[in-house]
Amino acid sequence: MFGDIFNAQFVASSIRVAIPLALAGLGGVFSERSGVINIGLEGMILTGAFTAIAATNFSGNPWVGVLAAILVGILLGLIHAVTCITFKANQIVSGVAINLFASGITVFFCWLLFGETQIMAKRSLPIWGLPLPNIGESSTFVRSIIVMFANYSPLVYLTIIIFILAHLVLFKTPFGLRLRSVGEYPQAADTMGVNIIKMRFIAVMTSGALAGLAGSFISLEQAHFFVKEMSGGRGFIALAAMIFGKWTPLGTAGAALLFGVGEALAMRLQGVLAIPVQFIHMVPYLLAIFVLVSAIGRATPPAADGIPYEKEIG
Amino acid sequence: MKSNKKFDYYTILEKITPLIAVVFALLVGAIVIILIGENPIFVYKTLFGYAIGNRDGWGNVLFRATPLIFTGLTVAFAFRCGLFNIGGEGQMYIGTFLATWVGFTFTNLPAVILIPLCILAAACGGALWAAVPGILKAKTGVHEVIVTIMMNWIAASLTFFFVLRFKAPPTEAMVAAGVKQMIPHTREIAEAARLPRLYNIFQSLNIDFPAYNQVNVSFFIAIGVAILAYYILWKTNLGYEIRAVGYSPLAAEYGGISVAKNIILAMVISGAFAGLVGTNEIMGFKYRWRQELFTGLGFNGIAVALLGKNHPLGVVLAAILFGILNYGGAIVNIYTAGRIPRELIMVLQAVIVIFVVISDEVVKRLIRQRRKIA
Repeated sequence: MFGDIFNAQFVASSIRVAIPLALAGLGGVFSERSGVINIGLEGMILTGAFTAIAATNFSGNPWVGVLAAILVGILLGLIHAVTCITFKANQIVSGVAINLFASGITVFFCWLLFGETQIMAKRSLPIWGLPLPNIGESSTFVRSIIVMFANYSPLVYLTIIIFILAHLVLFKTPFGLRLRSVGEYPQAADTMGVNIIKMRFIAVMTSGALAGLAGSFISLEQAHFFVKEMSGGRGFIALAAMIFGKWTPLGTAGAALLFGVGEALAMRLQGVLAIPVQFIHMVPYLLAIFVLVSAIGRATPPAADGIPYEKEIG
Repeated sequence: MKSNKKFDYYTILEKITPLIAVVFALLVGAIVIILIGENPIFVYKTLFGYAIGNRDGWGNVLFRATPLIFTGLTVAFAFRCGLFNIGGEGQMYIGTFLATWVGFTFTNLPAVILIPLCILAAACGGALWAAVPGILKAKTGVHEVIVTIMMNWIAASLTFFFVLRFKAPPTEAMVAAGVKQMIPHTREIAEAARLPRLYNIFQSLNIDFPAYNQVNVSFFIAIGVAILAYYILWKTNLGYEIRAVGYSPLAAEYGGISVAKNIILAMVISGAFAGLVGTNEIMGFKYRWRQELFTGLGFNGIAVALLGKNHPLGVVLAAILFGILNYGGAIVNIYTAGRIPRELIMVLQAVIVIFVVISDEVVKRLIRQRRKIA
């Protein structure tokens, strides 16, 4: 039974579940590192999920769908940025409004364009990887290795590249240093000549792009359809992953993988284990609260997180 | 004298920012309606005409406004203490479920006892769920926004677990309709736990009112709670302390007010308001718990509180406006045979929220500039 649950398929499905959480969580990292809280990730994911399918079905090309989802994510990020940075309005409220907006606009357009509340994807992205050997033809070991490492949608590989890049950009480049300084101590950054408004705009729009990409993965690769509210809280789990990962890309990826393993486990253990599935679903949220509260490895958000920047004029 | 007059003008402007936002949002809606190829005047006429043109419409509007008054007060009350309680959704879940449980468990109690007991259970459930972020904020300084968000999802899973434990077989209506897959739901609450509908009251007064209208006594509970919130905030020592903490925690602490105590109390009271949504949804309407993923009532409460400027009276008015939009939107959806989807209303509500916060900030800045010049 142990072997039935913990096999190569299990690893692969954990990774697939983790991808959108990781991407959106990384979006949260960018936004909050620059000092802007982004509760709207959930809505950006949802809108991305819808746009990806709509654009795919219209163009017949799933890559167009992915691109459209990213663009729509950037657009929502722009709205959030204008509200929070330009107008200095409350960031939580703006995020909540974006979620509300996304719930409405996706179903609205779904009705308008397709006359239905649920649409199927006509096409999905190809699987990139080594050909799977038939059982018996080759050893199961080779097969497992391929399933675990080289048999995914291109977006999975793209996510890995994005994470390596994000880590390098945030921690090894002057741009990353500036971005982090804007979120920690904007007054000092301003004195050093960093354009705070511009940095925050870039960060929030990046976070929108990543959330949109996460949405396209959910609809095009996981579900192959769109239905209202299909993001189902992944934006908030992504926030939990970001907190659990202490606002770093690699930490967020680790946390997302952990939640992915949990979810994959929950799917497989349904009805087998004494613990009800609902309790497994609570784990990411409980962990996020626990990490924030516990003295061990206490997570502290960027110092200027959530505070609009007011230039002091003497 | 002259500068004084100008100042007044801006204060008035600050007071009516919600109205400006609503007008702007309706204009945005009109543009969308034109883009779809429909007539906005006809759409808005239908929307408002059916919602507030007759008694049945008003009943439906108030029925939809009732839960929003509760969740709006939830956000507004906590906000007066400087707290952002966006956990109304989760607090509502726990309170409502607890009220349902009391309602279908203690079935042999008379209404005089059972109704207050259910109401108490609803308030306690919400208060309990809100106490956790309150205590964590007070003791460890963890931001209440993150904790309340996480608590929302924990509540959803927890009620899902309990609804499966107390799952009832399909109702006769479901069997008759041949429903195979059903949303998990509990047994119905006892007759004695149900709140009378306004129809029953109107009937005894010989006032003509449709029997199918769902507006019930819970609306009066909501109004009562709004008055209570006003009373607590502005007429008691506790309210003074809560507002002092909200205005400036440091100054309050210096003045001998316990910040931690007031944060916890404000959260608990705020959560109790959210739990009371159960009086409308369960005791006055569905009579049973059905597991649904987020109704959005908690999140809409944020919009209602903002639009109502975090004042109980404003919250009631804003909730009624949302009630009008929700019911009118549904009617428009039917009348245009789905060409104007009711989700347009959700979009409008989001636009209202964005416009309210933006116009608030703009007016605040204008006032600040004015002061500097003067």
